[in-house]
Amino acid sequence: MGLASFIRSKLISSESDNQIDRIEKPTGSLGYDPWGFNSDMVKMGMGLARHVYEKYFRVETCGIDNIPAEGPVLIIANHSGQLPLDGILIGYALANRKVKPRLPRAMIERFFPTVPWLGNMLNEVGGVLGDPVNCAKMLENDEAIIVFPEGVRGSGKLYRDRYQLQRFGNGFMHLAMKHNAPIVPVGVVGCEETIPAIANIKPLAKALGVPYAPIALPFIFPAKVHLNFGKPMYFGGSEIPEEQVTERVEAVKSEINRLIVKGLTERKRLF
Amino acid sequence: MPNKPRPQILVTGAAGALAQQVIKQLNDTCDIVAVDFREQVDLGNKVPSYCIDFNKRVFEDLFRRYQFDGVIHLGRVQSSELTRMRRYNANVLGTQKLLDLSQKYGVKRVIVLSTYHVYGAVAYNPALIDECAPLKSAGLSADLVDSVELENLANLYLWRYPELNVTILRACNIVGPGVRNTMSRLLSSKVAPVLAGFSPMMQFIHIDDMADAITLAWQKTTKGVFNVAPHDWVAYQQALKLCGCTRIPIVSVPPVLPKTIAKILRLRSFPHYLLAFFKYPVVIDGRTFAKEFNFTPKRSLSEIFRYYRDNK
Repeated sequence: MGLASFIRSKLISSESDNQIDRIEKPTGSLGYDPWGFNSDMVKMGMGLARHVYEKYFRVETCGIDNIPAEGPVLIIANHSGQLPLDGILIGYALANRKVKPRLPRAMIERFFPTVPWLGNMLNEVGGVLGDPVNCAKMLENDEAIIVFPEGVRGSGKLYRDRYQLQRFGNGFMHLAMKHNAPIVPVGVVGCEETIPAIANIKPLAKALGVPYAPIALPFIFPAKVHLNFGKPMYFGGSEIPEEQVTERVEAVKSEINRLIVKGLTERKRLF
Repeated sequence: MPNKPRPQILVTGAAGALAQQVIKQLNDTCDIVAVDFREQVDLGNKVPSYCIDFNKRVFEDLFRRYQFDGVIHLGRVQSSELTRMRRYNANVLGTQKLLDLSQKYGVKRVIVLSTYHVYGAVAYNPALIDECAPLKSAGLSADLVDSVELENLANLYLWRYPELNVTILRACNIVGPGVRNTMSRLLSSKVAPVLAGFSPMMQFIHIDDMADAITLAWQKTTKGVFNVAPHDWVAYQQALKLCGCTRIPIVSVPPVLPKTIAKILRLRSFPHYLLAFFKYPVVIDGRTFAKEFNFTPKRSLSEIFRYYRDNK
């Protein structure tokens, strides 16, 4: 047995294999889609994510059925914790739901494709370069897409700024309106405590060509994570002034804030 | 009732496998004249074949001798051939001469084969690039300037001389029996270099399907720019695996290292100016062409790779 087959046999259970097979995905003849999604890698990724989700972060999810069973949808969440763990946990929650599971795509930071192995791996498990053209084409394909409108402003923020939402870009709202896609807001609580950073060495980040270089312990803390999914929000009519688009974005932001407060209230302990 | 005269077509790049396939397909319904600047090819008694440099005055004699109804320009010199200057002369100045003569002698249909390389391989490329996307490759490598310039020229003639009915086809990787481009060389080799940690998504079209696409473009006079690619994708390293190639990883960071290695090795199948295409995906959207010309590729990726695997 080769190394790849060994890892595969350890990670993929028949249960998770069946779960992925239940979900239809528009792929080509060799199991790839144009963004690099690969069904075999997703099965391995899901096997690994199961342990991370269930055992390490012991995620509690509320309202996952608010995500429509089909059609285009944008899952908008707060971003935190230096690494895209929040995206993985949201993705797993949706792929593993009992009724009508879906394999969502996640818009990833623009520097990931330049990182050897990691960029390809993220693409294979459903990550897609955060580009409006990609997002639009995937909505046309009726995909569920996870977007963090704070971008690196959210994931790279320091521990002292935890649970303070940063500025949201308006791009996701334009796409939702244009493609008539509902927005499902998500409040993520717990990821802020996974890699608490006390400072960001900006010159080092610039020299390395990465968005941030945090001073943090080289360890991911097993914080308990709460995911609260809100009710779908619908925004029709794409021909409105930018000021009104910003107001709509603020409405989504407020809802996410409410879901974060709900998660913080429900949380009984950090770990 | 007199028979409708057979259209007369000039096909360039006759020494290439694709041109010969196109000639074979059109030979029954059209009178073909084949030309190549590299060598004279024997295409049988029915097809006059010439070895002429487009930039020489004698090239015009062909237009005087034959009343061409159409020109199918497949004679683009690939970036792995000749020097940069000779390629520029052949691809840019030669194509300009060809288009000028087409206009002067009343040609009614021009098809120009271009390449998806014109889009350029950058980390920020979205997938399913459509025809309106900017052509970034000229800014990335001087070795690809002639490919972009050729397109710009064809575009100019497309708008300035609508009567030429210019159609530009930006094809993905054309592969299959007889194809001698960079990608086909890689797939047919026993060992193939890869950039460690990078396996971009790629598209491959079988030479016979590409010939079908060109024939369909000849049969329908819709001018414009079209991507030609099947709606199917595979990661580069997976494609090599399926072709039975042993992959040799080359250190990929910092970017100057693989470039230096490629320059030292001077491999025709892994040129330094195409390295970015082995790092970042350039996935094009061929649906507009497929819809407009009713084109469906017949050969699957598995069939393409099986050919390379069985002919190692």
